[in-house]
Amino acid sequence: MSEIDDEVAGDNSDSNPPRQPAGNGKPAVSIAKRQTNRRRVLRTILLTGGVLGAAMSGFLPLVYAQKKRLRPPGALDEKDFLGSCIKCGQCVQVCPVSAIKLADLVDGMGVGTPYIDPRAQACDFSCDAVQCILACPTGSLTYHKPDFLPVRPGAALAAKPILIAKENDPEPTLNMHERIGVARLTRPEACLAVQGKGFKGQTRGPDFKGQLRYMTVDRWKPVKVSSHPYDVAECDLCVRECPVKGAISIETVFAPDGSQRKSPVVHEPCVGCGVCEMVCPVEPAAITIEAGEVWKL
Amino acid sequence: MSALLKRRFVDQIKVLFGAEPSKPKEIGPAAQQIHFYKKGNRDLIAEKLHARAHATPSHKWRNRRWATLIFANLLFTLSFFLDIQILEGALTASRFVGFHLIDLNSALQVMLAHKHIINNLLIGTGTVLVLWVLLGGRTFCSWVCPYHLLAEWAEKIHLFLVSKKLVTDQNIDRRLRSVFWVIFALLAVATGYTVFEAISPTGILSRALIYGPGLALLWVLALLFFEVFFSRRAWCRYACPIGLTYGVVGIVSPVRILYKLDGCFHEGDCRKVCLVPHVLDTVIKGRAVEPEVPIGPDCTRCGLCVDVCPTGSLSFDVKGLSKLA
Repeated sequence: MSEIDDEVAGDNSDSNPPRQPAGNGKPAVSIAKRQTNRRRVLRTILLTGGVLGAAMSGFLPLVYAQKKRLRPPGALDEKDFLGSCIKCGQCVQVCPVSAIKLADLVDGMGVGTPYIDPRAQACDFSCDAVQCILACPTGSLTYHKPDFLPVRPGAALAAKPILIAKENDPEPTLNMHERIGVARLTRPEACLAVQGKGFKGQTRGPDFKGQLRYMTVDRWKPVKVSSHPYDVAECDLCVRECPVKGAISIETVFAPDGSQRKSPVVHEPCVGCGVCEMVCPVEPAAITIEAGEVWKL
Repeated sequence: MSALLKRRFVDQIKVLFGAEPSKPKEIGPAAQQIHFYKKGNRDLIAEKLHARAHATPSHKWRNRRWATLIFANLLFTLSFFLDIQILEGALTASRFVGFHLIDLNSALQVMLAHKHIINNLLIGTGTVLVLWVLLGGRTFCSWVCPYHLLAEWAEKIHLFLVSKKLVTDQNIDRRLRSVFWVIFALLAVATGYTVFEAISPTGILSRALIYGPGLALLWVLALLFFEVFFSRRAWCRYACPIGLTYGVVGIVSPVRILYKLDGCFHEGDCRKVCLVPHVLDTVIKGRAVEPEVPIGPDCTRCGLCVDVCPTGSLSFDVKGLSKLA
């Protein structure tokens, strides 16, 4: 519009006398123009409100931060993680078992931030080197937490976890200093080991898509859990498949009524990878990961 | 650079942050001569009509640009999908055959929110900074950003509806973009959380293309809806802080559009197709301060004006080099 005005003014400037400015030195503004300006201000306020309102939805994950979710290995504490994650998904791309997913709008954990649903696909460390940490460009997943960030008591691992798969390698440990969660027998009454039962067949059924590295099959290629049926007299799948040395074992424990029974017991080296939760044959799983949990004596 | 062009350059930077372009107070003698010559020149008007009749619409730069944009985004998708590992990650941060690349605005948000910068972040940001200084700043917007392409198509629908008088373009104060930039930077510092990343249509679309669609696309749809029915290209013009960040990079970039006063008929076709018509105020009759004026940093170097100009008065140019096109 301004252009048309300008060009008309330019074309006719020879024949017309120059326009006189208004008395107060400012160009006169017509009523119509003033109305247009006012509407524009209103629209500007409208767009500001709309975009900022939408941006406020970005804070929902902080409101929901009470609800714990499992982040990939090496993740900073939740608030620092949300502040530093650039939401690029490079951790997703390097994971050999596709354990890492990106959160959507309604997940309430930050659009585009990575998380692990261990029941669907746990981190089995079949990459050996924690590739996701290596891939992270911002240090959201990190081998070495910067000094100014505190380590919550019980989050630090007493020693670097030994990966059973590379126990005989010159360097058998994982470069992890903090756990991402802790496994807990949340439904002991459902646990087959507690009931003294065995397990035969495919854990999680024939349609389960989850993968796991079985050292007896191939060290470098994880295969589908459904392709690896079990036949055990006393169920110990969580202990059998745990990738970390000394993190879980079947122990004889005393029930509240004084009777003896077998039960999986989680130990301090547990990093919270979730393999036990993934392979647990009962539905829902008897053993689950408490995301972001620390080790309590 | 003449003193007039320097003053013009400063004005163009002000325009980038939202100021309205103003009439220059002084015109150089060489430009003045051309302006004077053009006034009421019958031969020129005849020539204008002739050129108009014979002008064939070109889509050269648009086609090149769309091909580049689609190729770049496809490379992300294919790298993950086929596991060829050429360009891993998303537009916010990626690795090109191992080299870190990190989007400047996303990097800024993370640095402000997290207040801790690791080497990879610094390397990636530095690489991208150098890349876009060389390539022209907001070139990112029109040549890479996937939202730009969708918005371009939405704009076509909007313009069609405008021509049918079903909608009108509701323009908005351009200073709003600078305000948003500051608000999102302050929010990142104050809350320690990258708020803008949650609503960035660039990030949402890039991730959707690579990792599959999600509900976050609803926000992108809402933006496109707003642009079709209310305000032409509203997000890119009035809101997107990424555009401003790359616009600042464009201040020092040698790649720009160069305007030549000599052949211009001041018909304004270029301003009609332009995403940021305020950068083309120089082409309005009587405003060019010199016979050749570079277009300002808010220009996305999309080339639509180059395609549409019937006289070749607008062309790609690299400061210090001969012309590209």
